[in-house]
Amino acid sequence: MPDGDPIIEIHNLDKFFGDFQALSDISLTVSSGERVVICGPSGSGKSTLIRCINRLEEHSAGELSVDGIKLNDETRNIRAVRMEVGMVFQQFNLFPHLTVLENLTVGPIRVRKLSKSQAEERARQYLERVHIPEQAEKYPAQLSGGQQQRVAIARSLCMEPRIMLFDEPTSALDPEMINEVLDVMVELASTGMTMVCVTHEMGFARKVADTMVFMEEGRIVETAPPATFFSNPSSERCRMFLDQILEH
Amino acid sequence: MRRLLKRLHWLDVVILAVLLFLFFYVWRQIEGTLQYKWRWELIPNYLFRYDEENGRWVANVLILGLITTIRISIYASVLALALGIILGVARTARNLTVRMLARTYLEFLRNIPPVVVIFIFFFFLSEQLITALNIEGWSRSIAKSEDNGIWVFFFGDMRRFPSLISGVIVLALFESAFVGEIVRAGIESIGRGQLEASRSLGLSWKDELRYIVLPQALKRVLPPLANQFITLIKDSAIISLISVQDLTLRTVELANSTRLTFEAWITTAALYFGLCFSLSLLFRYLENRGKSPH
Repeated sequence: MPDGDPIIEIHNLDKFFGDFQALSDISLTVSSGERVVICGPSGSGKSTLIRCINRLEEHSAGELSVDGIKLNDETRNIRAVRMEVGMVFQQFNLFPHLTVLENLTVGPIRVRKLSKSQAEERARQYLERVHIPEQAEKYPAQLSGGQQQRVAIARSLCMEPRIMLFDEPTSALDPEMINEVLDVMVELASTGMTMVCVTHEMGFARKVADTMVFMEEGRIVETAPPATFFSNPSSERCRMFLDQILEH
Repeated sequence: MRRLLKRLHWLDVVILAVLLFLFFYVWRQIEGTLQYKWRWELIPNYLFRYDEENGRWVANVLILGLITTIRISIYASVLALALGIILGVARTARNLTVRMLARTYLEFLRNIPPVVVIFIFFFFLSEQLITALNIEGWSRSIAKSEDNGIWVFFFGDMRRFPSLISGVIVLALFESAFVGEIVRAGIESIGRGQLEASRSLGLSWKDELRYIVLPQALKRVLPPLANQFITLIKDSAIISLISVQDLTLRTVELANSTRLTFEAWITTAALYFGLCFSLSLLFRYLENRGKSPH
């Protein structure tokens, strides 16, 4: 259990889409090096919550700070936070007009102001880490889904962020490709990276999570270490959800 | 040829026969009723003439006009593309004022006849601009100088440079509105995921536009942009009204001075058609060839 300083601090967060309340009164603290897995039924606000952390969604009320930087309308703050927070999407969202290598270097060159050769060296190093160094010159469309998602992970890592967010990273993958992505994520967890993952992969959660968060209807219903969470959840809702997804 | 003939239905034959008949009828009418005497043999001389002094063939009015038209079209398209990209980006900007200004510009151009637009731009913008920058004096001094080969290659007779440049500006301003709409459509076709990915990397909006959005957007709208280029060539005929010596104005002059009205205009039509149609075939070919795996 990591006992680092708090790196993400969320207090009483609300988020509205028009009249619909997607998040209500969310409070959550993530410590440096902690691995948090968020689960819950679809529409429970899991994705919205982690998208608030790098300001892809603007929260409506409450406070949110990342690495001591408060997220508000200040463009400078938003960019500073985004430099420290990497994100992996369900649909990969690779840049189709750029090669794998260019996908990995565009951020470091433009945002971190690295030279092209430095950025490429770093990119190759991270491609090695996600086990596809040989695909550097290809275009995303020439890769399988699993490979694309690993490129997307490497793309985020190239920015050397302090926090990684995963928004259902395996949900759009064919079953036989899920494990190659999860393996990379497990390896990443072992390096001490702070991770917040929205996922239904409970095997993965059991293996790496320090904290499990269960959400329903925009609220955090339960927060517990995985041992307690899986064996003895305190809320009935959570028990039912786990029964449903662990049945098979 | 025989296979083509076999594929013709009897109805096709009838239609073709009727068309052929109509064509000859109009021809006869021109000759008979209008007492028009065709003098096609004179036309080649207005395309190319033999220069006795230097003993070689040189371009004459119609080809000179065609070259001016091509020059103007190329420069105007480059300028229109640059302006159009700015306009397209402005149309999708988050800032309301910027969006409204771009929209106003576009709506004005769409709802005023091109001829009127061109006169307005000409008198209010380019004339003023040319006087203010003293382009006239500058180009005349180049025209007088000995070593002006490059200038002549790019801009033709330098004494006509001011009218050429105002033609280019006017045409570019006019076409930029339509290019802008094409670019906007391209930008809007880029999915949210691309924007979110580039934002999550911390790219600024300028970098996002330059490295992520525009390259993809422009690639997607290349076919309509190519079409717009052909439209621009056709629209360029309109600037003959502000006395740019393009193909159309040269033809007007030729028809007036020689009375070869039908021959001159038919030849000019053929020149425009040849230019635009071959470009259209070229773009189609490039488009099919450019269908890459990604």
